Amino acid sequence: MKETALSKIHGSLGAKMVPFAGYLMPVQYAGVNEEHFSVRTSVGVFDVSHMGEFIISGEKALELLQLVTSNDVSKLEDGKIQYSCLPNEAGGIVDDLLVYRISGNEFMLVVNASNIEKDWDWISKHNSFGVQMENISDQTSLLAVQGPKALQVLQKLTEVNLNEIPYYTFKKGSFCGFENIILSNTGYTGAGGFEIYFKNQFAEKIWEAIFNSGKEFGIKPIGLAARDTLRLEMGFCLYGNDIDDHTSPLEAGLGWITKFSKKFISSDFLLKQKDAGVEKKLIGFEMIDKGIPRHDYEIWDGENNIIGKVTSGTMSPTLKLPIGMGYVKTRFSKEGTEIFIKIREKNLKAKVVKLPFLKKNN
Amino acid sequence: MNFPANFKYTKDHEWINAEGDMATIGITEFAQGELGDIVFVEIETIGNSLQKEEVFGTIEAVKTVSDLFMPVSGEVLESNPAIESNPEVVNKNPYGDGWLIKIRLTNPSELSTLLSAEEYKLLTGH
Repeated sequence: MKETALSKIHGSLGAKMVPFAGYLMPVQYAGVNEEHFSVRTSVGVFDVSHMGEFIISGEKALELLQLVTSNDVSKLEDGKIQYSCLPNEAGGIVDDLLVYRISGNEFMLVVNASNIEKDWDWISKHNSFGVQMENISDQTSLLAVQGPKALQVLQKLTEVNLNEIPYYTFKKGSFCGFENIILSNTGYTGAGGFEIYFKNQFAEKIWEAIFNSGKEFGIKPIGLAARDTLRLEMGFCLYGNDIDDHTSPLEAGLGWITKFSKKFISSDFLLKQKDAGVEKKLIGFEMIDKGIPRHDYEIWDGENNIIGKVTSGTMSPTLKLPIGMGYVKTRFSKEGTEIFIKIREKNLKAKVVKLPFLKKNN
Repeated sequence: MNFPANFKYTKDHEWINAEGDMATIGITEFAQGELGDIVFVEIETIGNSLQKEEVFGTIEAVKTVSDLFMPVSGEVLESNPAIESNPEVVNKNPYGDGWLIKIRLTNPSELSTLLSAEEYKLLTGH
């Protein structure tokens, strides 16, 4: 079992640690609801150092990335970031990822911890371009500092003007006295904030500096459990739950990162699927009857037919409503459609809603 | 960790407080801590006579669902109305406001098969 550079600190904070993607990770500190609200209303810090980072460089780096990712990497400029996925040859998804353009010939890919090896092998297999690949995951720590107060907390620790880093862009700069730190305006919470990439040896000092700076806002450490409720309220996909090798980006509502302006692995297949229309679609739903949807529960129509499966579900701490996502046959995907979730042998009523669950005015 | 001495306990982490042939049942402080934030308790067995170790309801935390088991045989008389809208009271006060059901015992002698506070404490390692 691997540990992040901050394991000792998590232990001293009383975190409950669980194995996740080969790492021992903090799942909860004070309690998932309390952590959830810290992020929504103030600021919280996630150690997500288990995530993988690859550096892709060389003259033909762009060509390789255009082939293996679904989004159009040629649209990126230096300092910009793109959400994307790695389609497999059957139109499924190898992984979803972020693509950072460091320079015209150098990119950083940020991938899911559970898929580091799989992605590495997949991209390597398609690297007939002589592009250099480096896996820096084991040397790299990643902290997500999220919430409406994140910017104020972090601004005290850097000369870089964080207001000049718009959403889905990044800058490299000095942070807490360390050089070459990546400050990225991204996150998985919908609460705003930054993700900060740096070498493992700085991890404890940076963690402490962030917590000292955030004291006035009641900054808190946040575990994976609240990470899941936060992302689910936003309708963000979780690889392994909502998307996987057998779901297409079009079915998953990721058409916006599937660009047919270029050729990529299975682009022909996906274009056909787009033209024909998808057979199933990822939807968001809210429970009307009382019950909490969970991964793999069946979805039924009102006439005794199974129409799909739940991929994620929880009690939304912000909305105080059970919410979920799942795939249903396309004709049941319209907003307002009444569907039924089978919970403990009973079909409980739910309705299809638009994503995100959490609207801006909540 | 607190385990009231006058209660009896099960290996499944329920407690039972019996007075005559009536008893109140809930989950232990250890159980609520392991479950984390409790978001939903479902009890649809009111009026039913259940055997010892039968399921009387389910309790859902953010990430998990657990069945609730009868510590002893009995008729389920009522569930706690307070936890319907505020399931978090089970976390805050598992032995008091966070009780789950009241039952009428059908076989009070079963109480002697349950764990004492000391025995339960050993089981949880506290």
